Amino acid sequence: MRQCVGGVDVGSTQTKAVILDEEAKVIGRALLDMETSMKTIAEDAFRLALADAGLVEADVVRVAGTGYGRYNVSFGHEQVTEITCHARGAVALFPGTRTVIDIGGQDTKAIAVKPDGQVGDFTMNDKCAAGTGRFLGAASYALEMPLSELGPLALKSQRPVRITTTCTVFAESEIISHLSKGILAEDVLMGVHQAITSRCVSLARRVGIHPEVTFTGGVSRNVAMVRLIEESVGYKINVSPDAHFCGALGAALFAHDKVFGQKVA
Amino acid sequence: MTTNTATTQDGASDFDARVDGQRLMKAWYAGLDDANARGAHVANVFVMGNAVEILRAFDFELVFPEINSLQTGVRKASEEYIRLSEDYGMSPDVCSYVKADVGLILKEQKHPAGQIPKADIAIASNMCSTFIKWAEIWERMLGTPAFVLDLPGQRSAGFEVRQGDAQHAADSRWVEAQFRDLIEKCEKLTGKRLDLDKLAEILDRVNKMVAHWNAVMELNRACPAPFNAMLDGLTYIGIMNVYRGTDEGVEYMKNLEASLRARVARGEGRVENERFRLLFSGTPCYVSMRRLVELFESWGGVFVYSDYLTFAAGGMDAGELVYDTSRPLESLAEITTLAAQRGLSNQFFAHERLAKQIREYAVDGIVFHGIKSCRFVSSGMADTRDYLGSRLDAPSLYIESDLIDPRYWSDAQIKNRVDAFFETLERRVGGAPMENQPAAQRRRSLL
Repeated sequence: MRQCVGGVDVGSTQTKAVILDEEAKVIGRALLDMETSMKTIAEDAFRLALADAGLVEADVVRVAGTGYGRYNVSFGHEQVTEITCHARGAVALFPGTRTVIDIGGQDTKAIAVKPDGQVGDFTMNDKCAAGTGRFLGAASYALEMPLSELGPLALKSQRPVRITTTCTVFAESEIISHLSKGILAEDVLMGVHQAITSRCVSLARRVGIHPEVTFTGGVSRNVAMVRLIEESVGYKINVSPDAHFCGALGAALFAHDKVFGQKVA
Repeated sequence: MTTNTATTQDGASDFDARVDGQRLMKAWYAGLDDANARGAHVANVFVMGNAVEILRAFDFELVFPEINSLQTGVRKASEEYIRLSEDYGMSPDVCSYVKADVGLILKEQKHPAGQIPKADIAIASNMCSTFIKWAEIWERMLGTPAFVLDLPGQRSAGFEVRQGDAQHAADSRWVEAQFRDLIEKCEKLTGKRLDLDKLAEILDRVNKMVAHWNAVMELNRACPAPFNAMLDGLTYIGIMNVYRGTDEGVEYMKNLEASLRARVARGEGRVENERFRLLFSGTPCYVSMRRLVELFESWGGVFVYSDYLTFAAGGMDAGELVYDTSRPLESLAEITTLAAQRGLSNQFFAHERLAKQIREYAVDGIVFHGIKSCRFVSSGMADTRDYLGSRLDAPSLYIESDLIDPRYWSDAQIKNRVDAFFETLERRVGGAPMENQPAAQRRRSLL
């Protein structure tokens, strides 16, 4: 009988699930956009990840929930905050991680990781979505362009404009205002990316930015954001293809610890 | 959780810190409700730097507008008052205490606890820059004359005026001269002469209250801690301020000390299984006070000390500050000078004091609560946090909401931060947090 474990990260805009095998290797993943019911989406994501791993529910002996909706993972055995989970996941992906920058749909967080891999300090945006993925969402809406195309287009910019508002709601009207003046979409977009970078790096400085820096969360898939953060800190940062699943991975690793009685990564 | 009860000499167990505290606060509001109708003289005062002893000697009824405002928060009515003041034109950034008070004025002084009387005089000071602007609002909207005390604070880091040194003597003379001006104003307002014997009796009662207060604070060094410095401490400090220098105040504080001493002797803690001892820095969020406490206590975390209990008490936690009742006015000026300095320096040079409290109260972690509408209290927190983290490796949490504006409370976000903080604290067990073992492993008694 299999003794696999799962981690489900119910975030504000997307739900992520991963399945780990007995050796703590990722064997299944699922990513779903948020719907009305957090409970249902958590279950759906978990089932999809099971299918991706080619397993049935009985093969998974323990599940940990994380993210804002962690208490909606009703089939989970424990709940751990995404702060602790992102740090754990980032260290598992990149053992030299000392700083985690996580940019999600409505949240940006910076986590200082101690040399032993534990969370030293953390800071998050507070009741304001400036500097989060939602800022990119506003740009996507104003430009009528999919999120996945924003980064590559922004990198073509030669003369980025400065986005002055820090309010996500007003950002949309500022973007439209720039476009109506004939400014190129890539220059406006680069301004948007720079504004987010400025906010998130400032947040990270509050806990201290020390190499290695690992970038996690959905926004880490955006190539322009990766480049701008690297320019801002002055060195290459870690980005894994699994960065989007980092919180779910961390949660699954905590579940794995409980089952096997020791820390594996 | 057991209640704080004390057994009196005749054997009756009839003191309950919370119930008796609420009874006294209710009685205070009842006294204010008919103060104007009775023709009593009324003074508005702040909790810091207020010359309450002089006002009591003239039998003024005392209105504490800060307490009125926080009570609108505790009673879940603050938003209505705040919105009224914003409709009137006040910015969302203005101190929510001030806005709730302006709302009170716009509601013709109708407070959830009763009618608040119009004051004959308002005592403000530089203990908070907003006090002076607030007093100006009363002058403009209610015609209440303001008397502003200028109390010398700490001039720089490491600078400390000590009782009896030349600087203290000069500062005290400066404060005493202002008190003499105030006395002259009070004499004109009330038609009475200052009775120095009466002032001395009030000071004597304050001395007794402060002695009990110091003992109460010290009792929370016990493991497990007998009270929550933020929640229970709010009741205690309310009585210390509102009943300062009264027989009721002395009686309450005496019973409180006895009841807490008994709890410590019985080994009873505020939380059943105390796991983490915490220090709270900043002003509480009154509108979600119980929720905030619940978030921490659900993890076995108890606030063993709050620096609010120092600065909102004007520095009265200091054991050496005892009035000399044989020269009441001079001594009042001397102690006010020291207490004001302590209260102000607690806000601007908090790091060393907090470091000391971390050691004395065997603290596992510090919680900083930034106030959206109060930069005065919140602006130094980043530096203090950095100092405690880098020098003492003290784990800390920064959360932000407001004094009484419920619009700044985001439950999911705050719960997330609190849970993550405890997850970190939990994982530090084994490594020693600061110099201590976790609370459960370092039971100790003060007896």
